[in-house]
Amino acid sequence: MTQTQIFHDSPADRAHRVKWFSGRLAVYTLLILWAIICLFPIYWTLTTSFKMAPDVMKGNMVPWVDFTPKWLGWKSLGLSPDTWGAESTVRAEFLKRFANSAIIAVTSSVLAVALGSLAAYGLSRFSYKFAWMRNSDISFFFLSQLILPPVVLALPMLVLYKELALLDTRIGLILLYTLSVLPIVIWIMRDQFSSIPTELEEAALVDGLSIWGAFVTIILPIALPGMVAAFILSLVLTWNEYFFAALLTSTHSNTLPVMVASQTGSQGISWWSMAALAWAAIFPLIIIGVVLERYIIKGMAAGAVK
Amino acid sequence: MSSSGDLLHVVTNDSISASRKTFGRVMIWGSGALMLLVAAAQLLHMTGSAEFGFENWRPTLYTYITWAICLCWGQVLLHGEHGKRTLFVLPAALFVISLTVFPLLFGLIIAFSDWNLSSPDGRSFNGLENVRQMWADPFYWNAMLNMVWYVLAILVEYAIAFALALALNAEIRARKFFRVAFLLPLMLSPVAVSWMIGKSMLEPRFGPIASLGRALGWDDPSFFGSPWIAKATIMVMDAWTFIPFMMIMILAGLQAIPKELHEAAKVDGANGWRAFWEVTFPMMLPVSITAILIRIIFKLKLADIVIAVTSGGPGGATDTVTSFIFREYRDRSNVGYGTLLAMVYLVVIVIAMTLLMKFAERISRPRT
Repeated sequence: MTQTQIFHDSPADRAHRVKWFSGRLAVYTLLILWAIICLFPIYWTLTTSFKMAPDVMKGNMVPWVDFTPKWLGWKSLGLSPDTWGAESTVRAEFLKRFANSAIIAVTSSVLAVALGSLAAYGLSRFSYKFAWMRNSDISFFFLSQLILPPVVLALPMLVLYKELALLDTRIGLILLYTLSVLPIVIWIMRDQFSSIPTELEEAALVDGLSIWGAFVTIILPIALPGMVAAFILSLVLTWNEYFFAALLTSTHSNTLPVMVASQTGSQGISWWSMAALAWAAIFPLIIIGVVLERYIIKGMAAGAVK
Repeated sequence: MSSSGDLLHVVTNDSISASRKTFGRVMIWGSGALMLLVAAAQLLHMTGSAEFGFENWRPTLYTYITWAICLCWGQVLLHGEHGKRTLFVLPAALFVISLTVFPLLFGLIIAFSDWNLSSPDGRSFNGLENVRQMWADPFYWNAMLNMVWYVLAILVEYAIAFALALALNAEIRARKFFRVAFLLPLMLSPVAVSWMIGKSMLEPRFGPIASLGRALGWDDPSFFGSPWIAKATIMVMDAWTFIPFMMIMILAGLQAIPKELHEAAKVDGANGWRAFWEVTFPMMLPVSITAILIRIIFKLKLADIVIAVTSGGPGGATDTVTSFIFREYRDRSNVGYGTLLAMVYLVVIVIAMTLLMKFAERISRPRT
């Protein structure tokens, strides 16, 4: 190994390498910086939920180095190890909200995916004529619902729900949430169905299946990834919805975001319990995001590229 | 997507008996008549000219649902196979119509009335009084103007999202980790985000960002003190949640560009900056426009962050139209005025979006 090096990189090559290196550096700096921006608030909330008042005031950040983690925040929610067995009204309240959120989000997403997939399939395969509306008009009618801001529906709905005794019920919220995610589901599913060749159904029909039979047994399994993507996206949107929930519910069917928001108004905020609550509210979504990231990206990318 | 003619050609030979057709018609019209009957009875009950003992409008709702089911079933009875095709779209169409068109029509009535839900007198028609009040309401126009600023902030978001998408599209390690990390803000509920960032991290005394600001030489970091800083803070928080959304759409577009194009550009001597402006950016124009348009639609609904963090303050500087109407209702429970404001907002949005889409179509059309 003592031989002298015979082949040298020419100066031009070395300059190239420096450039390549600085390019790498810039890309990674950007990526890491943004990853910190994205993750730090989540980290901050998690650590704050384990802090005591002086730790919060001093702005300590690293557990076990700056401060000793305490279960204070989780205790006030009734979710810490030592309060787990005991009765806790706060925990009951929290679990009720959590259940409300889960039921409403799942039901409305299922409804939206069912209605939306059917409509998207029909629109991608058959030509309709309702009065003056043809396929493209019907598609536009569905997708244009996306533009409708919730505030326009909110007050008429409030009055209608009052008359229909649907205020502060889960069904009322489920209906509105289904409506609000339906255009997105149709958008994704239309893309999905139009990428499936019609020859598949033609073969199935020749073999004696009915249209619905072919749809259920042949097409649905193929379109399943798209449906999962639409479902997850709907789930995220409905879980996070605040505006309608704040207007249309009061005591029985409050969702988690309403609970989180109602705590911030009180004076003398107890940072640790707020942090615990906020973290409990976002935790399911973090799990979904990490595990099902592929589907979410697929869903959002649908329709972007034609 | 082609819009004329069935993509799936089905030849059916339906023989529908006359009695089945009659049954179908009777069912649709019968349930429709029942609905109208119940609705009329309820209306009479409401106006007080007859006593039926209704507590709420539920009976009408139930007959409406029955009618909708009968209508769907009737399609199959009347038209056989063709009816079964209609069945794909009809439920969704009925659902959307009953939940948007009907409330919108109802909203039009409310918009021109004076109706305070907390006062006992109920609704009274007051013509254009609400319009006059709106015209003289500086806070509403202020909120509209804020929306323009908020929408303009999308351009910055777009630039950042594009840069991140380019970085993610480069040859990097741990791509999966970065993708998940970048996606997370979109998943979190805006209300929790507004607590995490708006209340906790931006807390002027001990919040980490305030500490950072102090370390960088900002003596008195207050993020919601002056109007413009407050507005910018809201913009940043909203951007934080929604940049992943644009980023993913742009990333999907970037991955769809054929590699050969970059290679050809390289052979032709375009490198780095030039290749970006002359190849990548023009190729990405349609995707970018879709992403920006959808982002604008979402931005126009912005409310939860504002409601939860500043509730419009200081002095309405951060108000969005939605949060303004929300407070208008919360504080004064004035349904009539709030609805009118929302309706005007809808009209403005529809006009603006139509113009924008026309404009977008013009730029994205390939030049000859």
